[in-house]
Order: sequence, then structure tokens, then C-alpha cells
Amino acid sequence: MNVITDHLSEFGHGLVLTVELTLLSLAGALVAGVVVAAMRVSPVRALRAAGMAYVEVLQNIPLLVWLVIAVFGLPEIGVIAGLFTTSVVVIVLYQGAYTAEAIRSGINSVPAGQGEAARALGLTFTQSLRLVILPQALRTVVQPLGNIAIMTLMNTALAAAVGVVELTAAANRVNLAEAKPIWIFVTAGLAYMALSGLFGLVTGVLERKWAILR
Amino acid sequence: MSAPSSRLLFDEPGPRARRRIRVATALSVLAGLVLVALALKQFADNGQMAADRWRPYGTWPMWRYLLEGLWSTLRAAAVSIAISAAAGVLLALGRVSPSRWLRVPSTAYIEIVRTVPVLLLVYIVLFALPRYGVDLPLFWKLVVPLSVSNAALFAEVFRAGIRSVERGQLEAGLALGLTRGRAMRTVVLPQAARRVLPSLVSQSAGLLKDTSLGYVVSYAELLYSGKVLANFNHLLIQTYLVIALVYLVINASLAKLARTLEARQRTRPSRAARPAAAAAEPDVAQP
Repeated sequence: MNVITDHLSEFGHGLVLTVELTLLSLAGALVAGVVVAAMRVSPVRALRAAGMAYVEVLQNIPLLVWLVIAVFGLPEIGVIAGLFTTSVVVIVLYQGAYTAEAIRSGINSVPAGQGEAARALGLTFTQSLRLVILPQALRTVVQPLGNIAIMTLMNTALAAAVGVVELTAAANRVNLAEAKPIWIFVTAGLAYMALSGLFGLVTGVLERKWAILR
Repeated sequence: MSAPSSRLLFDEPGPRARRRIRVATALSVLAGLVLVALALKQFADNGQMAADRWRPYGTWPMWRYLLEGLWSTLRAAAVSIAISAAAGVLLALGRVSPSRWLRVPSTAYIEIVRTVPVLLLVYIVLFALPRYGVDLPLFWKLVVPLSVSNAALFAEVFRAGIRSVERGQLEAGLALGLTRGRAMRTVVLPQAARRVLPSLVSQSAGLLKDTSLGYVVSYAELLYSGKVLANFNHLLIQTYLVIALVYLVINASLAKLARTLEARQRTRPSRAARPAAAAAEPDVAQP
């Protein structure tokens, strides 16, 4: 167990970075998801097509490929940003596609009468989406969004492959220095499990508070 | 896009709405063009648009090399899919089994593995196992962690399928004198597997995406081949974009397949009532 206590600061830094990556990515993905989902149900065909293309392109190319393109490819065309920023942006865009699909399924589950009533009251598309449809849609997809949160947490580990020293990379570094793999990797694994458990708990609480049974 | 759901937020547009939609279309097309132009300008300013930086990707040797990478990707994916689907069935059966000795370990495996990143498993296989004398060949260094992690995901897919089969099916099997194991195997599982086929395909597409971790393992699948190629010819962004395109084509086809299967299942809702007949007489389900 000494390995862990000796390297507590490395693990701590890694854990903090993982949490930061996850929370920032989640916040961004939620925004991106709402925007893309709104595009996909809008009356403007060009926007619907763009939203669909976004989801298809982002979902069908592995996150690691996106990370490699962004981290090693973009500097070649003069787009240079910090490693952490780049990773967050890439994960936001990637998870945004999944979030958009979840939110869209929520929008589809809102009874058509809600949209009709909103229009009958004279609300515009954006108004009816923002004031009537989205609040109901988001409440029905708490559970799927919770799963996306856990998936995001898992995916932040891929940032280790392009050089971000988050939890997985930190564990790997400590192992290279200490060569006591069991304890080190088990600790990292437990940390991930604890974080996922936390997300699961939060999702459960929010679900009980908000969910609408249909 | 003509499904009723997508018309939730707008009616057939009148003259004013049509005008507004035209304006919005023009604006969004303009925004799209501006983005593309900016990207192209960024490429051009940094000399990445030069024809000789792209021409290699029109030549056969380059594609032969990339296709070899793709072949390795597909092989690794196929083997992992086979292993994790088989393990997934066993884990799912374990998780719904009445025996606690099977249920608890299966549940524990699924819940633990689902919340550990694949990359961590890859690192364990790469850096931890060799210290205990287990040094796998490269291919298995990629396939083992992928299978370990995806087995849990496949198990959850199968479990959802098993639970969706009506209880009566199992009970009828038991009433006929089958043992529980046989009833599961010959009555419940075939129906469950057919119902979750679309999810299995999309799960497989997810696994195919995970094989890009060969980049970390240095197993020469598509992405790692691209890395080697880019180090060799210094056409970094071109190579990775071509590779992204290959992934896009493969995975989009798989996603399309999953959607087609799902749509076909929805048009045949009475399957649950006649499981054995469904395979024998396709597409003739009477309402």
C-alpha cells in the first residue's frame, strides 16, 4: 500500500484532472446536445441536415481518432491550443453528438399536443421549444444523460493516449516508476468506480425528483 | 424526416413562415460556407492544400497499406466481438440465474467492468501482466482488454433481451418438462437474441471504434498504421483525415444496418406470439 501513499499527490492531480475533464465536457456536451437536437427538429431543412450530418460524422469516427487529429493534426494547419483545452473541446463535440441523440429521443417522447398547444398560443418555434418542449424532454432523459455522463468519464481516459496526465496516465506513470502494477491500477480502477457510482447516485436522485412517467 | 415526431414543433408553413424559413436556410447555408472557407483558408495558409500533399492518397500502394490496416482492424474487431458476445451470453444467463453462486459473480463482473475505462485495462495488459509472466502477442494485447470490457456491455444487451421475452415462454418450456437450462437455451435465448439484434450490431460498431486503441498498443490496425505512415511521409493531417473517412464509411454502414434491422423488427410486431414461425416464414406476418 506504500506505493499509493507515496504517490498520493500524483494520483490526486490525476483524479482532479479527470474530474475537471469530465465536468467541463459534460457541461459543454449538454449545450452542444441541446443546440444540435434543436437543429434536428427545426422547420429549416438545411439545419436538420446539418444536425444529422454532425451526429453521423461525430458518432461514427472513434474518439481517439478525433483526439489524434486535433492534438497532432490541427497544429499543422496553424490551429494551436493547449493540450487540455483541445481535449475538452474534442470530448465536448464527441459527446455532444450522443447527448443530442438522447435529447432528441426525449423531444420525440413529448406528446404532440404539447407542441400544438404551444403553437396555438402563438409561440414561435424557439419559444415553444424553449418554454414548452425542452423542459419536458430533458426531464424524461435524465437516465440516458446519466449514462452519457458515465460514458464521458470513461472516455476522458482516452485523453491519456494523447498526453493529458489524467487519472489513467497518472497511474501508468506511477507504475513505470514503481513497478507495482496491482495496487496502482486497482486504486485507479476503484477511483473510476467511485466516480461512476457518484454519477449514478446523482442521476438517481435527479430522476426521482424530475422524471415524468409516461 | 417525415415521421410525425419530427413535425412536433411546426405545422405546414404558411406564406410568412415560408419566407422566414427561406431566410433561415440562406443564413445557415451561408454560415456553413463561411466555416468551410475558413477551414480551407487555414489549410491553404499552412501549405496543406498543395496537390502533392494529397496526391499520394490517390495511389494504390498507399491504399493497399491502409487497407491492410483496415483488415487488421476488422480481424481484431471480429475476434473481440465473437469472444465478448459469447461471454456476454454467459454473463447475462448468470445474472438472471436463480442460483446466487452464478448471479452474484456475474453481476459483480458486469458492474465493475462497466465502470473501468478500456484504456486502463489496456495499460494493465501492457504494463502489469508482463510483470507476472503473462506477455501476450500484440494482437491479443488489444483483443483481450476489448473483450473483457465489451463482454459486460454485450451481457447487458442480452439481459435486456432475455427480460423482454414474456415469462410465459420460460414457464411453458418448464411445463413441457424441459430443465431450466434447456428452456433458456432453446426457448428464451433464440427469441431474445433476435430481439436485440439491432443493439448487438450497434454494440459491435462501438467495439470496432474501440479497436483504434491499437494506437496505444502499437498493433498495426488502421489508426496505428496511419501513425506509422504519417511519421514516414510527414503528411500528418492528410493521413489522419483519410483514416477518419475510412472509419466513417465503415461505421456509418454498420449504423445503417442496425437501423434497417430495427425498422424491420418494428414492422413485424407479432413475433413474440409466434417465435418459431418467424424464421420459417419471413415477412408474411398477418395482423
